[in-house]
Order: sequence, then structure tokens, then C-alpha cells
Amino acid sequence: MPLLEVENLHTYYGNIHALKGISLTVEKGEIVTLIGGNGAGKTTTLRTICGLLKPREGRVKLEGEDLTQYKAHDIVYKGIAMVPEGRGVFARLTVMENLEMGAFSLKSKDQVNKNIERIFGLFPRLKDRRSQVAGTLSGGEQQMLATGRALMANPSILLMDEPSMGLAPVLVEVIFDTIEQVNKEGVTILLVEQNALMALGVAHRGYVLQTGEIILSDSADKLQKNSTVQKAYLGME
Amino acid sequence: MLRTWRQRITITDIVVWTIGFAIAVMVVYGSAKTLALGKYTTETWIDLSITGLALGGVYALIALGYTLVYGILRMINFAHSEVFMSGPFTAAFAAEALVKQGLWNTYPVLSLLIVLTVSAGVSAIIAILVERIAYRPLRHAPRLVPLITAIGASFFLQYTFRGLYGSGLKGYPEMEIFKGFWIIAGIRVFKTQAAAIIGAVVLMLILYAIVQKTKMGKAMRSVSEDKEVAALMGIDVDRTIATTFALGGVAAGLAGILYLLLFPVAHFYMGFFPGLKAFTAAVLGGIGNVPGAFLGAMVLGLLESVGPSLFLDGLGIPAAYQMKDAIAFTILVFILIFRPSGILGERLTQAKA
Repeated sequence: MPLLEVENLHTYYGNIHALKGISLTVEKGEIVTLIGGNGAGKTTTLRTICGLLKPREGRVKLEGEDLTQYKAHDIVYKGIAMVPEGRGVFARLTVMENLEMGAFSLKSKDQVNKNIERIFGLFPRLKDRRSQVAGTLSGGEQQMLATGRALMANPSILLMDEPSMGLAPVLVEVIFDTIEQVNKEGVTILLVEQNALMALGVAHRGYVLQTGEIILSDSADKLQKNSTVQKAYLGME
Repeated sequence: MLRTWRQRITITDIVVWTIGFAIAVMVVYGSAKTLALGKYTTETWIDLSITGLALGGVYALIALGYTLVYGILRMINFAHSEVFMSGPFTAAFAAEALVKQGLWNTYPVLSLLIVLTVSAGVSAIIAILVERIAYRPLRHAPRLVPLITAIGASFFLQYTFRGLYGSGLKGYPEMEIFKGFWIIAGIRVFKTQAAAIIGAVVLMLILYAIVQKTKMGKAMRSVSEDKEVAALMGIDVDRTIATTFALGGVAAGLAGILYLLLFPVAHFYMGFFPGLKAFTAAVLGGIGNVPGAFLGAMVLGLLESVGPSLFLDGLGIPAAYQMKDAIAFTILVFILIFRPSGILGERLTQAKA
């Protein structure tokens, strides 16, 4: 049984049919990426999975349990955490407080402290800035914080929306290194990216979205060699 | 250079600056004259200041409700003055019952606890109901709509309480332990005023600590920054908003008892002026900012009590004290003209960036 199973998802914004029957699966331990152009429905897919949008049709299942009817704030408790587009750190809260909020769904204080230590191990930069207000962090640090914050909830799957957005190339490398590292520690990842080259570099498998539909799905290696993908998303002739 | 200056300064600016200057001159001249005349002794000034601080403390607790709700919903809860009224008005009846039972002065601490609990409880419940009925269904409506329902809720509560408890004045019994005054460092302080100041400061500190340090308070601050991301953390946004209203209600209810210590009469209209002034204090301090609400309230309380005698007596105005609200609000308007975001408020454009 796949860890995450999305079946025939149809999501609307008012009358606009944004997702036209998206189906995808993510196996435990994988990095799966959704690539595609602007308005293809990548973010909408993630937002529907984590409950911020309600699909009009279709189902989202985690380990076989149907989550479609749950609200966003309940879905975290089920094991899905999201790093939102644009990072969404709480700018006026300190780094520590942001991490604590990430662990809002955990009951045990010991567990929270253990997770904080783990995040500080993963991102030592955050430890130096623990009592700093998050709004004063650089873009790269904010991305680390948003990622760390999502990991605080001990999710079984991490959804990441455009982690490379607005970051300098050097920092993009750092972020993708941590994605791989986090994955090696056993966290399954569903990654949405505009930067298809980087995304296919770390992912095991990928789906290509176009105007709300999946037009291609294959292993990351094969997608990299696919001529349609190369032309449309990797900028090759 | 001269040209750009000319272009930048409008007639309105000149008028505003002139009036501002005139007021500043009047304030300085009036104060100097009053002090030169020596009409009031030092004790009187201290008395007036203490009165101002006591009032300010009550305003601060009410202002907390405005500022917390504004922080989380970017909305002014205009029914908050009635949230403030409902608690102490109900508590006045509880106090009367306690007097009848003969407990009021024999067990003053217990009685005080009962009255505080009743007041805070009723105000909190009213605040939650207002949010649930008048605001939550309109969460995604245009901003003017909840403003209208707020005014509607305010009138509804005023006249419901008038209907329930009558339109007369309800005396609040005096407590033996608050009679008279203490001499602190040679200064005479009425016990009621001391209680109001200490009570307000302690309660503000506790409430501020709740907002800053507890998990619930941090959740409130997260929701006030970004509701969607807060939901992704597992925070129930609706429940957090209701909690915020409840916390504001508790503060208002407690403020109500302090207010009754200072002015021992309850009635259905008692919320209007303190509510308006607390709202003003919140804006003056920088709305959305808890320490700002406290500071703004203290400034307003002092302006209101010390202002008339200090600024106007020297100018030979006969009933200076009647102009306390005029003075307080004039100065307020000018503070806001020159500092629109309030004393401790952050510039809104920066906050959005």
C-alpha cells in the first residue's frame, strides 16, 4: 500500500476547474516531485492534500485512511506536514517560537525539545539565531526555518511547495542537500518545484502537470531524458 | 529646492501645523500660568496624577480586548464596550446579594473573588457569543459588514441588559476594606485607587505573560500573523479566535470591577465612555500591541485627570474640569496626526512587507 494515495482529485476555485482528476501515489521513503509550469496546478494539488482546499471530487488517503473530510488543522495530526509556498514563517515570532508552533500537534514536551535539538543539528544556523525574530532572517534561513518547523510535527510525509523560490543558487544547493538528508533520515517527501532540473536531480520519481492534469509520470532519470520534459521544463533543445 | 518644498506643503499642512502650534503654546502657557498662580498644592497634583493612573489602569484592561481582537482579525470589536458593561452590571447584583447575606464585609476577600469571577465570566461569555453569532459567519465578508454587526450587537446588548436589569442606576456597595486611604511616602492615596492601579498592573502583566509565554498565547500570535499557515501547524483557528475574545472579555470583566471601585454605580450605558476611551488608548499606544495599549491608556488617563487643571485653569477658564474629554481627545488627535501608528505601533507598511 502506498503511503500517500491521491485519487482522481477535482478542485475548483469558484467556477475555475483547477485540478481535473489528479491521481498520484507516493511510496514510503520516496522523494516524488511534481513539476510543471505556472498555473499547472502544482500548488493547488498540495493545498488540497493538506486540507486547505476541499476537492469537489476524489480522495486523499494516507496509509489507506481517507483524509478528504478532515480540516487542515486535523490533517497535521494524521502525519502530513507542509512547507508552504513563500515559506510562511511567523515573522514576529522568534525562531524558537516558530519551531514550537511547528510542534503544536505534539503533546509531550520532551518530544518537542528532542525535535528542536534534531532541527538544530540539521540547521546549525537556526541554533545561532534561536531567539531572533523570524522576520529578520535571510531568505535561505527562513526556508530552513519553514522546513524545520514542518519537521517538528514528526510527519510521515512532508509536502514542500517551491522551496527554491527566490533563493540565490548557492542556497538552492543547500536546501536541496537538506531535502536529500531529511529523506535519508526516513521522511517521505512530495516536492513541488519550478526548478525541474534540481527537483529531478534529487527525486526518485516525478509527475508532470499541465493545466490541471498529469501528462507524464515516470522515474526521475527517465523524465530527465524525456524530450518533452527537456524542451518544456529543462530549457534544452 | 525651495520649489519642491513649496509643492510639498499643502494648505492643510499649514493649518494643521498652525493649530498644533497654537495648542502647544496654549498648553505651555496655561501650564506655566497655572503653576505660577500656585492655585494648587503639590498634593493636589499628586492626587490628580493618581486618579489618572487609576483610570488609566481600567482603560488599559479594556483596551487589551480591542488590541487583541484587532491583532487577530484586523477588526475593531465595537461591541467590546458592552462586553465590558455586561460583567460589572451583573456583578453589581451579585454584590447586592452578598450584602443581603451579610457576607460582603465579613468575608471581603471571598466576596471580592465571587464578584470578580461573576464579572469576568459574564463578560467572557458575552464576548464569545458576540464572536460566534455576529462575527464568525461574516469572516470572509467585506470589512464594513462586521462593523455593522458590531454596532448592532452593541445596541442589542445595551437594550437587552436594560430590559433585564432595568434602566435605573444600580449602586455598587462599598467594601469596608476599601474605605479611607493609605499614606504612602507622605502621599495620601485612596485605597480604591491604589487597588485599581495595583490590580490593573498585576492583571496586565499576567495577561501579557499569557499572550507571550503560553502555548495558547503563541498560537494566538501565529493566527494573527497568518491564519492559513497556523492551520497547517495544527492550530484550530476558529477556536483560537474564540479564545482571544474570551481573554479580552475576562480582562474587560475584571476591569469592570476596578471601575466600580472608582465609580460605584452600574447601569446599562456604563460601557460607552470607558469603551470609547479604551479604544482610543489602544489606538494611541499602537493598536495590536499589548504594551502599547497599557502605555496609551496611562497617557490618556493622565491627560484626562491632570490636563484640565494644568492647561486651562491658568487661562481663567471657569469650569476647566468639564473640558477633560475635549482636552484628552484634542491632544490625542494631534499625537495621531504626527504619529499615525501610535506611540509603540509599528508602521503598517513595514509590517506588511
